[in-house]
Amino acid sequence: MEIKRERIDGEQLRIRRLNSGQLLRGGDLQGPSQPAHLDGTDLDDDEFERYVQERVLTTTLDKAVAWARSNSFFPATFGLACCAMEQITTVAARVDIARFGFEAFRASPRQADLLVLSGRVSIKMAPVVRRIYDQMLEPKWAISMGACCSSMGIFNNYALVPSDKFMPIDVHVPGCPPRPEALMHGIIKLQKMVQNDPVMGWRERYDAVGTEEITSSA
Amino acid sequence: MPDATGLELLAQEIRAAEGAGDDVILETLHFRDRATLTIQPRAIRLVLALLRTRGYTFLASLHGVDYYPEEPRLGVIYELLDMTRVDRISVKLRLPLEQPEVDSVTPADEHAPGWPTANHQEREVYDMFGVVFNGHPDLRRILMPEDYEGHPQRRDFPIGGEPVIFTYNESELLGARAPRPRAQATKPGVQP
Amino acid sequence: MSTVEHPPGTSAEHTPGVSEYRRREQSITLSAVGEQLDQAHTDDSHAELLTLNFGPHHPATHGVLRLLVNLQGEVVRDIKPIIGYVHTGIEKTAEDKSYWKVIPVVERIDYLAYYFNSMAYVGAVETLIGVEVPKRAQYLRVIHMELNRIMSHLVWLGTSALDLGAISMLWYCFRERERICDLFEMSSGQRMHTRYFQVGGVMEDIPVGFAAKLRTFVDEMPGRADQYKALLHRNEIVLQRLRNVCPLDTDTLLSLGVTGPLLRASGKPWDLRKAAPYSSYDDFDFKIPVGTVGDNYDRYAVRMAEIYESVKIIGQALDGLPEGPYITTDRKVALPPRHELATSMEALIHHFKLVTEGFRVPPGEIYFPIEGPRGELGCFVRSDGSSKPARVHMRDPSFVNLQAFSHMAEGSYIADMIATLAMLDPVLGGIDR
Repeated sequence: MEIKRERIDGEQLRIRRLNSGQLLRGGDLQGPSQPAHLDGTDLDDDEFERYVQERVLTTTLDKAVAWARSNSFFPATFGLACCAMEQITTVAARVDIARFGFEAFRASPRQADLLVLSGRVSIKMAPVVRRIYDQMLEPKWAISMGACCSSMGIFNNYALVPSDKFMPIDVHVPGCPPRPEALMHGIIKLQKMVQNDPVMGWRERYDAVGTEEITSSA
Repeated sequence: MPDATGLELLAQEIRAAEGAGDDVILETLHFRDRATLTIQPRAIRLVLALLRTRGYTFLASLHGVDYYPEEPRLGVIYELLDMTRVDRISVKLRLPLEQPEVDSVTPADEHAPGWPTANHQEREVYDMFGVVFNGHPDLRRILMPEDYEGHPQRRDFPIGGEPVIFTYNESELLGARAPRPRAQATKPGVQP
Repeated sequence: MSTVEHPPGTSAEHTPGVSEYRRREQSITLSAVGEQLDQAHTDDSHAELLTLNFGPHHPATHGVLRLLVNLQGEVVRDIKPIIGYVHTGIEKTAEDKSYWKVIPVVERIDYLAYYFNSMAYVGAVETLIGVEVPKRAQYLRVIHMELNRIMSHLVWLGTSALDLGAISMLWYCFRERERICDLFEMSSGQRMHTRYFQVGGVMEDIPVGFAAKLRTFVDEMPGRADQYKALLHRNEIVLQRLRNVCPLDTDTLLSLGVTGPLLRASGKPWDLRKAAPYSSYDDFDFKIPVGTVGDNYDRYAVRMAEIYESVKIIGQALDGLPEGPYITTDRKVALPPRHELATSMEALIHHFKLVTEGFRVPPGEIYFPIEGPRGELGCFVRSDGSSKPARVHMRDPSFVNLQAFSHMAEGSYIADMIATLAMLDPVLGGIDR
């Protein structure tokens, strides 16, 4: 069989590269400018140039920002029960999350963007946790560490609430308590999530757009 | 621990104390080297004050028990400790469910100092079992939210909890056999 | 403040080199303001109390404790702790499970002293059944409990130093904690909540390298503790923040039911390991550190000294570890070893019965107290003859010690209140259960 080689010029290559990147990232060609047809013939030349340039710049910048964001979470100091001990151990010297950039634990939820729910969430504590999560500014993520908050753990009784019931959780880390390495694994998974799919608002991420409750306050 | 004879002597002294009467002690039990006195609920402050004069000056623990299905159903147990002789004694009282009231041992009165250590512990017994302590300075729920209804550690309170779902479409696969919220009470003595 | 007085002997115009502003600044007296402040201190009827909520989420890493603090200026007048934010219904869950299965549930009550929780429960059940624990198992229990005591004190030290501002202590203490968790992982497979203590003994014998690793730990730990002492014991900031701050006398502590290092710091040498020895503690030679004044510094020093004593106990237990079974041979209570299942029919039946239903305990009630790292940890078990306990209650030391907090911190500043909370060593898992 004869292999035919075609010479592709720079422009074609760039268009193809852009399109394949879009497809690999999830397929849907949605974005601020009009979605171009796959072979780029729907737009005329000026619009197309602009489209391509804006695409290249935006996506690279976005990627860089997502990479920076994922490598500098500010976790909120939030420890509930036994898992908090393993969370503190993750900060300690052997499994050091400062290697990944997360040692700046912020006491105030307004300055934090990662909430690691470590421990059992009782019914008295659930509204407090929700309020803290609401006080955090977008973009924010939540990790449910341990079996008690992910599911009910071994205490399947009247006093606990699984965290999925009152707040959106991005990563569940199982274990009772999870080893510090397991928590690291969960955090690295969250990092990959943030790098590849940086949807900022939690309402878009969890299909909850339109669920805002507007209370009339004076 | 006071041995069996020591326990009986103590019981005699309590019966002979003024304000008590012969029926104040319902039972004395010496089991596994530990002494238990079961008394009438009306005399709890008297008995504890008397035991304090006998050396049991430290109230180690105050906890409640639900004796379902035996009547009277609720019980409160006071663990006393004598630090100089390293002696322990338990004082037990039983309360019916219809009238779960007993005098609080927290506050002091003109006869005897109180037991301030009983403050939080009586609140916990109130929260979990519904026993009302008359004279307690601040009797309200301590572990459950303030507006919670029910007393969780009674035996007929459902254990609650979420149904454990093992896969996302379990209800379709299993149909009627899918797990439901656990609503049945913990029945005592039932084999698993 | 508007009176400008020239100091005697000088005149404003004749001092060279000093600017007009500087001269005016030096000549102002604050006597009027001083009078107002003095009045505010003595005149309580005009004082306004501010109620501040130290909410359940706060940077002090002691768990979700909520404090309602009445403040007059910066002076604390009253504290009301509100608890219940980690209430897990452990005691109710324990009624639903057979005796064997209660052990992991009960371990999670005081999550820094898990061996002590299980020891109290297992001791209570063993007393009810009347089964005897072999000597080797008792020594192994002592080793693990003292390791856990050291670990609990290390975590306390790290987090308390963090509260005081000595942040690097956290990393040092958790470095030691990692070594202890490695030892626990060697003996039982889990770092925390190990289910190692079983009714009748321990789950498994210690593996091959455990004794050697424990020996190196015992040799090195006093040196590490000396390093912590060198950092903190004579540190000027620690002394100023902890010395003579929030003392409480023995009688008040006893009437509030406080036990453990808090009671020993005020001068009373009460330790259940010496007073009412359990699990062969009377075989070991150790001292009980006792404080004098009962202030925060004594509480800190007592716990530091207890680390040394625990290391001594572990060394003696390791030296004198007897040979023998690690769990009772009573097959009605403990599982038979697996090799017997292939040969003996009774072993198979016992195994089956124990695993499915569990052993039955004769009816009775028992209260079994032990000395935990925070005080008297007692377990009350009531059995009604079936294979599930009818009531399990843990008398947790932190729950009772918390009542002393308002007595301790009354009349002190907010920063002293935080330091007192750190020295109180509350573990909210134990408080709320």
